Amino acid sequence: MRRFGPLLGLLVTSAILSFLSPYFLTFDNLINVFRQSSVNALLALGQLLVIITAGIDLSVGSILGLSCVLVAMMLKAGVPWPVCIAAAIAIGATLGMSNGLLLTKLRLPHPFIPTLGMMNVARGLAFVISGGFPVSELPDGFRFWGAGTIAYIPVPVILVVAVYALFHVFLTRTTVGRDVYAIGGNKQAAMFSGIPVDRRLTMVYALSGGLAALGAIVLAGRLNSGFPLAGDGAELDAIAAVIIGGASFFGGVGTVWGTLIGALIMGVLRNGLTLLSVSPNWQKVVIGVVIVAAVWIDVLRQRTTRKRGLARK
Amino acid sequence: MNRNTKVMEKSNWPRTAQLATQEREPLLRMENITKSFSGVTVLDDVSFEVRPGEVHALIGENGAGKSTLMKIVTGAYQADCGQVFWNGRPVEIKTPHQAHDLGINIVHQELMLVPQLSIGENVFLGRHPVGRGFSRWVRWGDINEQASSLLKGLGHPLDPKRPVGELSIAEQQLVEIARALAFSAELIIMDEPTSPLSEHETKRLFQAISQLKERGVSIVYISHRLKEIHQVADRVTVLRDGRHIVTRSIQEITTDNLVRYMVGREISEQFSGKKVREAGEEALRVEGLTASGKFSDISFRVRQGEIVGLAGLVGAGRTELVETLFGAGEAESGKVYLEGQLVRIKTPMDAVRHRLALVADDRKAKGLVLGGSVRFNIALAAPRKYARYRIFLNSSREKEVAGQLARELRLKISSVEQQVMYLSGGGQQKVVLAKWLSADSKVFILDEPTRGIDVGSKVEIYDLIRRLAESGVAILLVSSELEEILHLADRILVMHRGRISGELPRERASEELIMQLATGGAVH
Repeated sequence: MRRFGPLLGLLVTSAILSFLSPYFLTFDNLINVFRQSSVNALLALGQLLVIITAGIDLSVGSILGLSCVLVAMMLKAGVPWPVCIAAAIAIGATLGMSNGLLLTKLRLPHPFIPTLGMMNVARGLAFVISGGFPVSELPDGFRFWGAGTIAYIPVPVILVVAVYALFHVFLTRTTVGRDVYAIGGNKQAAMFSGIPVDRRLTMVYALSGGLAALGAIVLAGRLNSGFPLAGDGAELDAIAAVIIGGASFFGGVGTVWGTLIGALIMGVLRNGLTLLSVSPNWQKVVIGVVIVAAVWIDVLRQRTTRKRGLARK
Repeated sequence: MNRNTKVMEKSNWPRTAQLATQEREPLLRMENITKSFSGVTVLDDVSFEVRPGEVHALIGENGAGKSTLMKIVTGAYQADCGQVFWNGRPVEIKTPHQAHDLGINIVHQELMLVPQLSIGENVFLGRHPVGRGFSRWVRWGDINEQASSLLKGLGHPLDPKRPVGELSIAEQQLVEIARALAFSAELIIMDEPTSPLSEHETKRLFQAISQLKERGVSIVYISHRLKEIHQVADRVTVLRDGRHIVTRSIQEITTDNLVRYMVGREISEQFSGKKVREAGEEALRVEGLTASGKFSDISFRVRQGEIVGLAGLVGAGRTELVETLFGAGEAESGKVYLEGQLVRIKTPMDAVRHRLALVADDRKAKGLVLGGSVRFNIALAAPRKYARYRIFLNSSREKEVAGQLARELRLKISSVEQQVMYLSGGGQQKVVLAKWLSADSKVFILDEPTRGIDVGSKVEIYDLIRRLAESGVAILLVSSELEEILHLADRILVMHRGRISGELPRERASEELIMQLATGGAVH
């Protein structure tokens, strides 16, 4: 049920929308939904790793913004695009890693604090460095990553599927992925079992920052511009996708595919409501209700399994 | 000042009534109390009474039933059978609130104060004196004045405006006692009050206790420290295995007798059926390990195939010692050798790499990922061992190993994918042991390995510990159950207040001797 709950939610939402709008269930539209969800999906993947460790990363939207500006400025300065992409990801990962180091070395009480700080620092720097102006007209080789297609499939969609597959293997099939779940399940027990808790946490925040930078590349490519306000509030959408996708804020629980479905549910809702000419303001209301409802259903479900578990005993 | 005297009067009021009836009626009388939890009898027909103005010591080994009995007095638990009388009247104490209203207070081992608030605020927490009618403001002047005079009455003037977080543990205790007095307490229960205190602070607490006695307040004094009991108590009651053993005036009983009453049971038969193991090479050697405030100058060694017991009272520093050995705490000085090699263990990761295992005292907090499966938990300490290229998990191999260990340890599960959360305490402890077995540990540190475990699993775990030793593993066994230590250990170290107070070879060890060393007495 935990595995299929979010998928069921996605199918039900899609079914309802396809009745309400004839255009919803077309190949073009569905691909469009996926493409529009791709930036959120990349941020949500990083957020998932953090949330599995019972943490939170508020800085991903701002790291996206800063990387977006930096990559655009480097491109304008004539740096070859592959170098720009590599540099942007390295910068994002470095910012994320500093979140992790602040958390583990300074022993800050909760990841909320360092990532809230980084959220402000990175956003501020994005404005300082760009002077507040968008940097537009980027080279085609770079734009391909956000706007290109391969056999009708948008490149961001392919990118998301590939990165998700990679992280699925990482989380479920490797020892380090196992450590991440163990830390979220019981940090103290993980520590007492010899798991290098601080190192793993630092890595998780670095990955989250790196994925935010990857999101920046897709977004800048698609919009043909790097602008300092990019990804404003995106951290909250990412958190929402993770939670709708069945991860637990208490840590130790959450899957890569659940998160992808969470991101798609949000994309489908936005898309469907737009097709039905619902204003963006009302869309926010609906998404808010969906977030709370998704977690509430999860709470109900857990209560019943716990009862069953106790009965077995 | 006016209000102040009012409080004093209030707490003195019952005293006059009590003095008149002292000979006939105890303040608290509990008759034939029986209590069991899921079929295990914790208190069996226990009777207990406290007279007005007396300090009544309540002693017994861990698990003797002291805390349960006191939880019934304070309304945290209800007795299955039996009757409680308060000032001669039968009462049913159903909630802690009701106990409070009667005048029963407990000074907990973990103090229940709000560190950010001032002494005055803490003393009156939840019932600030306020004006009448429209002037229902908190009257800070009154609060501070009354708090300060209560503390002065205990012989320890403290500035009532200081935040409690700044105070030492000893001072916080006094604030809690003052708080009890502000609530017009007639009975104060003190649970191991001196375990965090220095000797000097202990003396001050005893002065405060004698002040309380003068006011006619009765005290139930729970402690493991038998010497103290002779200093502070008027009478003593011993519980053992949930039964009332004896109540005597303190002058009529010697420390040696008390130990005998506490221990009591026949232990000779447990030495039978023991194979003599040949201890091998030195596996672990500790020299002069010190962490200030926790333990100091600890030296000992454990050889391969040897089980060394580490006995002592709760709070003697044993858990701190073994966790520091395991890299989860910091030592200031001292050396640790494994198989003769000097090692530096700064994190549990280092410890695991050196094939050290710690079965921690609190398995739920430190041993297990409760939401994880049996397999997940067993693989926790050594995932790389089963991994391909040390990176990719090999779940079929994990399943195989977990299944094999589960069978070996007679773990009752339907599958290794079952969540650990739903196992019994014994089952969970076996999973922790299996975790370290699968990590091929060479030195096992077991901290209270059978705490809260049913008798059946206990026997199986004892069996496992012995088999481990026979296979050449070195074992350091921390236990507060003397029976357990005597049953398993080849040699017994005893800790008292952070130091090793003695070492006993098995042939010479007895519960009496261990208790003497653990309570700070000398061995004659």
